[in-house]
Amino acid sequence: MSSIISIKNLHYTYPGDEAESLCGVSLEIEKGSFVAVLGHNGSGKSTLAKHLNAILTPTEGEVLVDGISTADEDRLLDIRRTVGMVFQNPDNQIVANVVEDDVAFAPENLGVEPKEIRRRVDNALRQVDMYEFRQHAPHLLSGGQKQRVAIAGVIAMEPEVIVLDEPTAMLDPKGRAEVISTVTKLCREKGITVVLITHHMSECIGADRVIVMSNGNVIADDSPENVFSQVELMKSEGLTVPATTELMFELNKNGWDLPLTALGVSDCAKEIAKELK
Amino acid sequence: MLKDITLGQYFPGDTVAHRLDPRTKLLLVIIYIVGLFNANGWASYAFVILITALSMAISKIKPKSALKGLKPLVIIIILTAVLNIFYTGGTPIIEGWIITWEGIARAVMMSLRIILLIVGTFMLTYTTSPIALTDGLEIMLNPLKKIKIPVHEMSMMMSMALRFIPTLIEETDKIMSAQKARGADFDSGNLFQRAKALLPILVPLFVSAFRRADELAVAMESRCYHGGKGRTRMKQLRMQGIDAWALLLGAAFLAVIFVMKRFGL
Repeated sequence: MSSIISIKNLHYTYPGDEAESLCGVSLEIEKGSFVAVLGHNGSGKSTLAKHLNAILTPTEGEVLVDGISTADEDRLLDIRRTVGMVFQNPDNQIVANVVEDDVAFAPENLGVEPKEIRRRVDNALRQVDMYEFRQHAPHLLSGGQKQRVAIAGVIAMEPEVIVLDEPTAMLDPKGRAEVISTVTKLCREKGITVVLITHHMSECIGADRVIVMSNGNVIADDSPENVFSQVELMKSEGLTVPATTELMFELNKNGWDLPLTALGVSDCAKEIAKELK
Repeated sequence: MLKDITLGQYFPGDTVAHRLDPRTKLLLVIIYIVGLFNANGWASYAFVILITALSMAISKIKPKSALKGLKPLVIIIILTAVLNIFYTGGTPIIEGWIITWEGIARAVMMSLRIILLIVGTFMLTYTTSPIALTDGLEIMLNPLKKIKIPVHEMSMMMSMALRFIPTLIEETDKIMSAQKARGADFDSGNLFQRAKALLPILVPLFVSAFRRADELAVAMESRCYHGGKGRTRMKQLRMQGIDAWALLLGAAFLAVIFVMKRFGL
């Protein structure tokens, strides 16, 4: 598979800051993959996300989106329509009083024909299961629904990549599950590349690849199974591993021999049952 | 409690008035105001009142809700009436009094004028959603772009402000509850003390509003917002036959008023 985003030796220092927020990150993100970026607060994961659609531009190094450098200001719109971004607070990214008008915002900005906008809006709302709410006022929706509207607003641009910067941080467990399943569906069924920034490990289970960040560096980059089985490392980073991994890790400490790569609840149960026989 | 506030006073419905293009309604309101200010005699006032009542009936606005809109302006209406009663020269009602017949007539007319002005313009906001209104305004003011007036930006700001009213009201509610939980008292004391008690609400509200604005700007940029240039709209406003008829009636209304003025009615 070819990569849609390539990050080469990215350094970034916030203006007025002394310490670097990103110290030489290099990554290739493959087309159609589901990548989760984990890290505690201040690990640089949000800063990295903001580089993916040129909200921030590198102090040093380069970020290429579909071959276009994010430092190229003339191609800004091309970059932003290729990489859509969903933020943490749904209230602060919804611009209109009616759901469908909000979803239409991005294509309107891009100067798409009215009929085509209508098609895209209906399409996007169906993909996030919010079509029946198209005439509603956003402030009357639940957090999970609002966040799905925000995702629809990004899909309406027909982007290749969606970057979600802690989209579930302000949601209740139900809303969190809604958002994650929507995002997973978009990646698996529509082939949209997803970059999910989060600090909930459980949200990364369905990902193809998990990148763990700490102090502006990538400290682990592998499949979820391989990343989570490094329980000691995760704990030293202040990240909680999924409950299943935690359980097996604790059992192993007491002389059991369970593979830490079984992530799902049913897989974990099977492994334990096997061991009990 | 704060959630009950309705701003813009829009009442959804499906009357002829609701279906009119917002631009038509804006034009009609301008026509109405011009007519109102050119009405000088009792007969023309009666005519304007009749037309107002008719339009209210068509748009199914209850007189009660129209009068509710007048409430905040009662003081201004009374003040106008009183000033007119005392400061108009003419024949006094009783010899030696400062109050004149002309003064009373003028006071009644001026109060009527203000009442009709408010009721008439409220009809616009009653039947048009704020968003349709800003859209209509933007298109109507489009020619002003030629003289470098940022029409698109202004209407964007307006619709954005409308969008955030419920969000900020909710936030105010939350901050009030938080401050109450820490012993703040908003309901007792004199006016000055109460105003002072609002400070711990306003400061966090402003701080958070600015943070919201900042995040919103980044989110808008991420969705390719780059000003009004090259922007299209999903919902196109379209003038229909009904709009032409409404404007024609508006013109007829204005013609009647001017004819009446000519004959001093």
